[in-house]
Amino acid sequence: MSGHDGHHHDHDHSELTETELRVRALETVLTEKGYVDPAALDLLIETYEKKVGPRNGARVVAKAWADPAYRARLLKDATPAIGELGYAGRQGEHIVALENTPKQHNMVVCTLCSCYPWPVLGLPPVWYKSAPYRSRAVADPRGVLADFGVTLPKDTDIRVWDSTAEIRYLVVPVRPAGTDGWSEDKLADLVTRDSMIGTGLAKQPKDIAK
Amino acid sequence: MIDQAAATRATQEVPSIPRDADGPVFREPWEAQAFAMTLALHERGLFTWSEWAAALAKQIKRAQAAGDPDTGETYYSHWLAALEKLVADKGVATEAILHRTRDAWDHACDRTPHGKPIELCADDFR
Repeated sequence: MSGHDGHHHDHDHSELTETELRVRALETVLTEKGYVDPAALDLLIETYEKKVGPRNGARVVAKAWADPAYRARLLKDATPAIGELGYAGRQGEHIVALENTPKQHNMVVCTLCSCYPWPVLGLPPVWYKSAPYRSRAVADPRGVLADFGVTLPKDTDIRVWDSTAEIRYLVVPVRPAGTDGWSEDKLADLVTRDSMIGTGLAKQPKDIAK
Repeated sequence: MIDQAAATRATQEVPSIPRDADGPVFREPWEAQAFAMTLALHERGLFTWSEWAAALAKQIKRAQAAGDPDTGETYYSHWLAALEKLVADKGVATEAILHRTRDAWDHACDRTPHGKPIELCADDFR
């Protein structure tokens, strides 16, 4: 990019909002002065994983499981399909839904800037932001999955997707067996954040039985 | 040690924090970050919760006087502004240092290709 007009916000570099810049600046200064420990902050924030953002993704996945016509629309063009449920992304943001099947497992690696689609997925896990995760996920996806306790059959292909400036991914996990006739609300409880990144599977009915 | 118990105490002491039955809720990730930093500074003894509540209330009043619609959506913007001001008042970080660091992050973003970790380096401060 030439940047000849002096405008910085092209799409080939990272972006943070004005507020995010201020928060980072504050954290940097407080860390340098020894007032806060970023690891301790991350740990606390992670306990609020389910309390950040609307987490529309679980509803999207549940609807795709329950409604074949919606599933078809979602896989064809996810951005308007997700919009039907009231989620509108940032301008220029395009979401692609990747369907997991017994033949192919999709897993997403993402970046450290604002591109992580938190309105859909909720808060990114701390490990997800780490450079080792990124590089290992590409080189040894099966090993990374094993670390998360996920073992896939040998004949399941694993495909790793890296988001670009314009494309964010949402993984649609395999619908668990024994959930025929479940309502979308009940199905949504099975959909974890990790299953929508592809580092986990959807919960089984027995996991949510009280 | 900042933990959930500390967070729960904070939500009791600073009554206006958006919350549900289990504790605080956040609209965006940065809100949780701002909240966690405040908790950490409180744990370090930089301020008491009543001091924090007063600083935040003052910031909210100032924003309302300036025409903030006060719909709740801007709650953590006020929180962040109050935190910046309080750390400046306490002599921890001046407004100028925060501003310079903010510009450095902006520069780091501009030179970091999408998909790579954004990291600060000395050059970003030039």
